Amino acid sequence: MDLTELYQDLILDHGQKPRNFGKLKLYNHDAKGHNPLCGDNIHLYLNLDKKGIVTDLSFEGSGCAISVASSSIMTEIVKNKSEKKAQELLDAFFKMIKDNNDLKKIDLTENEKIKFQSLSGVNKFPMRVKCATLCWHTLKAAFDNQKQPINSEVID
Amino acid sequence: MSISVTSQFPIFKKYKKLVYLDSANSSQKPISVINAIDNFYRSKYSNIGRGVYTLAANATEDYESTRSTLKEFLKAYNGDIIFTKNATESLNLVAKCFGENFLNSGDEILLSELEHHSNYVPWHFLRKKKIMIKFIPVNKDGNLDITNIKSLITNKTKIISLTHISNVTGKKTPLKKIIEVAKSKNIPVCIDGTQAVAHTAVNIKELDCDFYAFSGHKMYAATGVGCLFMKDKWFEKFNPFLGGGGMIQDVDIKNITFANGVSKFEAGTMPAAEVISLKFAIDFLKTTKIKNIEKHENELISYAISKFNKMKNIIFVGKPDKSSSLFSFNIKGIHAHDVSTVFDQDSIAVRAGHHCCQILHKKFNIASSLRVSVGVYNVKQDIDALCESILKCKKLFKIQ
Repeated sequence: MDLTELYQDLILDHGQKPRNFGKLKLYNHDAKGHNPLCGDNIHLYLNLDKKGIVTDLSFEGSGCAISVASSSIMTEIVKNKSEKKAQELLDAFFKMIKDNNDLKKIDLTENEKIKFQSLSGVNKFPMRVKCATLCWHTLKAAFDNQKQPINSEVID
Repeated sequence: MSISVTSQFPIFKKYKKLVYLDSANSSQKPISVINAIDNFYRSKYSNIGRGVYTLAANATEDYESTRSTLKEFLKAYNGDIIFTKNATESLNLVAKCFGENFLNSGDEILLSELEHHSNYVPWHFLRKKKIMIKFIPVNKDGNLDITNIKSLITNKTKIISLTHISNVTGKKTPLKKIIEVAKSKNIPVCIDGTQAVAHTAVNIKELDCDFYAFSGHKMYAATGVGCLFMKDKWFEKFNPFLGGGGMIQDVDIKNITFANGVSKFEAGTMPAAEVISLKFAIDFLKTTKIKNIEKHENELISYAISKFNKMKNIIFVGKPDKSSSLFSFNIKGIHAHDVSTVFDQDSIAVRAGHHCCQILHKKFNIASSLRVSVGVYNVKQDIDALCESILKCKKLFKIQ
């Protein structure tokens, strides 16, 4: 297995300089995620308008390069999309990571697709799947305003 | 190097490239231990302590002789050794049984900030009884600061429970001094010896502790066996830990009387094969000699520390101890789990995470670290491979 497939430049860049990092001033949904084995943790904030569009989202927390990059990329891709669209992306992400499905049908710009797919290498590293999926689980919890923090040990 | 036993461990024949640096988590097994389990099931198997037939009598004898071997190995002459499921269960037994009869609201328990969760969580349960838990603090080097030990031990302190060797820093606890103070105040002491028994000579009689907990799987024996040394006087003072077969004297519809001695604390069918494997693991340790093992492991750790000191961006968890079999570290700017994935590609097994020691990690303001722990089978080339992989990791993450 080639490590550069997992740790692509794009991942390293997002891992070291995460985008949308910090707490949003205005948000109406949030949720926490935790990976007790690794100690990865994320607090996700998002603002959902009346039309169901995620107008802004951000995250705080700490974790490995995969988990931070995945969170950073997720916030970039989900911003300005509808909750429904975000749910579709979440399903597509899990299929890509767990079943190695390709993304031919997914409606994303080329740039977004590249970012989204940059995490597909995780598929070959089963011990790291939880790192990549934690933020997406937390996104779902945030939409549901779930008070109980997501625990990756229980979910994946 | 003074010892050469790697060829006795079949796993290194199967995985020729394996660099196993996770013995503090669990050790690999020598062929004598594997054969002992195989042989017991093939030609000696019966449940122990039940039947009166020859097969059962012989199996029981093998099981009981493991206990005697252990007692002799650890110079545990002033008490007896109970078999449990693991060291965690041994510590739970002490916390539950001691808590039940000897702790009341307002009493204090003294632990340290170095404790593995297994020597904290069982005591935490007693907070329900309004028991206070105090901690001996750790200094910036990761060592226990016992300058104020006399004030930490108050007239409310009812028990002290401490690790013998930290599973994160590898540092030995200054037990002699602490036990001295405890004895002067008649306070019982419980020791978590999990990281000590396979790495340094342990003399329980000399330590003069009341309880000493450890596990078989970290000392080259099978999984599924924990041990608990208990001074003679506690056997009568404690109520049974678990109830069931084997731990009773007489049962009728109204009353039950319990067995004496170790039987009182060994309820149900015990893992006989695994316990017996421990006898063979001790034979292996005795043949290799614990002195030689300690010297060998300390040399490897010294070698690793000196190589690490020459590398940039290595941050140790506390000050690493050359007279140890383990240490923990981080590479600045790279998360421990990312490092561990890179190591894994080079067949290097180390533990990444908080090693069940969140209190210590929080004290150092980190969520996780990488732990290098050696066993009798490691060689200098393993450390060289580790250092090579660190360079590879830094290159991948573009860190100097």
